[in-house]
Amino acid sequence: MSEAATAPRELRDSELDGPALSARLARIWGTQRSIVGWLSSVDHKVIGRRYIVTAFLFLFMGGLTAIVMRLQLAQPESKLVGPDTYNQLFTMHGSTMMFLFGVPIGEAMAVYLVPLMVGTRNIAFPRLNAFSYWVYLSGGVFLWISFLLNIGPDVGWFAYVPLSGPEYSPGKRADVWAQMITFTELSGLAVAIEIIVTVLKQRAPGMSLSRIPLFVWALFVNSFIIIFALPAVMVASTFLILDRLIGTQLFNPAEGGDALLFQHLFWFFGHPEVYIIFLPGTAFVSAIIPTFARREIFGYLALVLSLIATGFLSFGLWVHHMFTTGLPQLGAAFFTANSMLIAIPNGLQIFCWIATLWDGRPVWRTPLLFVCGFFFIFVAGGLSGIMLASVPIDTQVHDTYFVVAHFHYVLIGGNVFPLLAAIYYWFPKFTGRMLSERLGAWNFWLAFIGFNVAFFPMHISGLMGMPRRVYTYGPEMGWGDLQLVSTAGALVLFASFLVFVWNVLASLRSGAVAGPNPWGAGTLEWATASPPPPQNFDHIPVVTHREPLWAERGGLPVVTGLSIRHRELVVSSVAEAEPQLRESSPAPSIWPLIAAVTVGATFIGSIFTPYAVLWGAPPIAAALTGWFWPKNTPEDEE
Amino acid sequence: MSTVRAEPQPFEPHQARVTRDLSGLPTYGFGPKSPMWWGTLGFFVVEGMGFALALGTYLYLVQQNPHWPLAPIPPDHWAGTLNTLLLLASLWPNLITDRHAHAQDLGRVRRDLVIMSLITLATIALRLYEFTGLGVRWDQNAYGSITWVLLALHLTHLITDAGDTLVLTVLMFTRHATGKRFSDVSDNAFYWYFVVASWLPIYVAVYWIPRW
Repeated sequence: MSEAATAPRELRDSELDGPALSARLARIWGTQRSIVGWLSSVDHKVIGRRYIVTAFLFLFMGGLTAIVMRLQLAQPESKLVGPDTYNQLFTMHGSTMMFLFGVPIGEAMAVYLVPLMVGTRNIAFPRLNAFSYWVYLSGGVFLWISFLLNIGPDVGWFAYVPLSGPEYSPGKRADVWAQMITFTELSGLAVAIEIIVTVLKQRAPGMSLSRIPLFVWALFVNSFIIIFALPAVMVASTFLILDRLIGTQLFNPAEGGDALLFQHLFWFFGHPEVYIIFLPGTAFVSAIIPTFARREIFGYLALVLSLIATGFLSFGLWVHHMFTTGLPQLGAAFFTANSMLIAIPNGLQIFCWIATLWDGRPVWRTPLLFVCGFFFIFVAGGLSGIMLASVPIDTQVHDTYFVVAHFHYVLIGGNVFPLLAAIYYWFPKFTGRMLSERLGAWNFWLAFIGFNVAFFPMHISGLMGMPRRVYTYGPEMGWGDLQLVSTAGALVLFASFLVFVWNVLASLRSGAVAGPNPWGAGTLEWATASPPPPQNFDHIPVVTHREPLWAERGGLPVVTGLSIRHRELVVSSVAEAEPQLRESSPAPSIWPLIAAVTVGATFIGSIFTPYAVLWGAPPIAAALTGWFWPKNTPEDEE
Repeated sequence: MSTVRAEPQPFEPHQARVTRDLSGLPTYGFGPKSPMWWGTLGFFVVEGMGFALALGTYLYLVQQNPHWPLAPIPPDHWAGTLNTLLLLASLWPNLITDRHAHAQDLGRVRRDLVIMSLITLATIALRLYEFTGLGVRWDQNAYGSITWVLLALHLTHLITDAGDTLVLTVLMFTRHATGKRFSDVSDNAFYWYFVVASWLPIYVAVYWIPRW
């Protein structure tokens, strides 16, 4: 193996200390204060913050579409919106929540927190990270501008053929859906690879596999699910575009194609997608519970193995979305068994969390309230999920409000409640200020009550036969009262988010100053200032325990020897995190943004003409060459 | 090991104890030592899933149709076979490139990269010619569609690799051809193995399943 050590005389962090070292590192790792600097940033915290804020904006927009739908359904034969707008509304709601909020928010939190938690200075491939954000933003803006121009997709968030095919969906609405998928999945895949490599290669010295925080484990497993699942939806949406744009016959049964093929491809992604949304929830819960139980997690190994088992099993469930399509019964039986089996690792996690709280001395702050809300709602959703795993029950309630109730219990319970817990928990780290506990309690109780009032009655509406995706219903159906209750609940849930926004805005201005570790937590992100400086840590810590800040009370052991002339970080071995390299980390660059613009223009152009791919290729190639070409910075020349 | 609990005593972030100095570590490495190698592996998984699903689609359509191919004759395989042989033969210069990159032998790496650039361009030309012998259009039926999709999907990988290799070749003739760039050459060679390996099942599907 032939690696070269650099010249012996280089300015190192062992030669400075204290504020002088901090200031110098902050200058090297910082983002320039100018528009170009802002657009060129490759700091995982800057990009993570943008991701989080953008994902929340999409959550609110998706929430607003839900409110309009709830108002429409509050009474029979309402005339608030017509069928065409309603079709666009539920498609926008589902697509926004799943593709612009559900997947990105987990990755967004990972982009900000994983590098801090593993004790490194930036994410792996930071320019790819910047690129992925711009691509994600472009995809989301593209979808919403299309909606505002009345060409929003109207074929449901899963856009089944033949409805979305060339025969039944003329115009560009279905193409907008399909191309939004291309944008968001490209960015999702890029971030997943960054997280995997950051966890494998950039952990602080000593952070062996058994010392990785559970938060990081969960997002690591999640990234693996993403790289195996997301290509399926990209293949499905690409095939759909090809059928629509250049006349391929992949989904056309009249010419040897097959319509169910789309459903197979879609759900091969779509079911793991549920876990892609849920695993970040478990990550937040596993980080929050030890801090507020004031003891380390119970059953660490069982929790890690549960995450991995969930990852594998999530790929064996997709057909349970297709029980009513007439597939062979033997196949259906296998997927029923698997759908029930996955309850075991998930149940095991819940028991480990409860055991941790049981043996701890719980401190009842807002994050823990939301975690308890998560237990209640997610377990309820899990129980209706076991009901739906059974073919006879599924056949009865397929495409009814029972299913709508089930997946909102699972998704809001499994993702949004833990996410709000996470925001209350890490807001002090992100901003340096505490959120208000009083408003937090209001936020929680309004959300918890509003959610259950909105969604519990939907189980009954569904059992009474109310189908999904209907824009209205007759008074004789008898669903009106339950629907009115659901709408009232939805408004309360919406109010809880207004309280949340108020809390965030007020606390940003005048919240209590947090300090580095306001909760007395044990993981590495709390070992640095709030908000963290650009370099994250002045010295790279050495990890001796799963809760390093609880184990090393006299101050963390650290390593030295990194350059303070340019951006450099420690690359370590996969299993034991033994330091292997001092590798330079890329400096800020405008090229990822330029590359994202060329890629975005090509994607959007290809809705209209296949030649856009030919015209787009040279600018994309030029942008990527500009990105990779060395720039005479010390980082590039190392 | 006893359970660790949080104590009331606060943690002091500024009391750092230096336990080790890393200034002797190298600044770049090859293979699994290098994060870029793992990133490349990640892209193999993503693109490999894309190939696997497209091949799965092919087999699914074979099974859905009573006759296969949905064309009077199977595609002419000679151009594809020639391309396959060329791809397999290219593994040797690719391996040599990787070896010379490890040895940081700039002169030989330059020569090897020029050879590899020419090979990638030749495979693209042959691939474009392959389309002319398929005997079916992409919009004729599902058989034509998936056949074109498989060839085109792999073609995008040939083009990507050709682009990478050409840029890297030019780079290695400039003053930037130092240190870490040899590791980039090695990662580029690593990617070519994937491009060749992913072709073999596609070759069998496109040219030989219709003759089964």
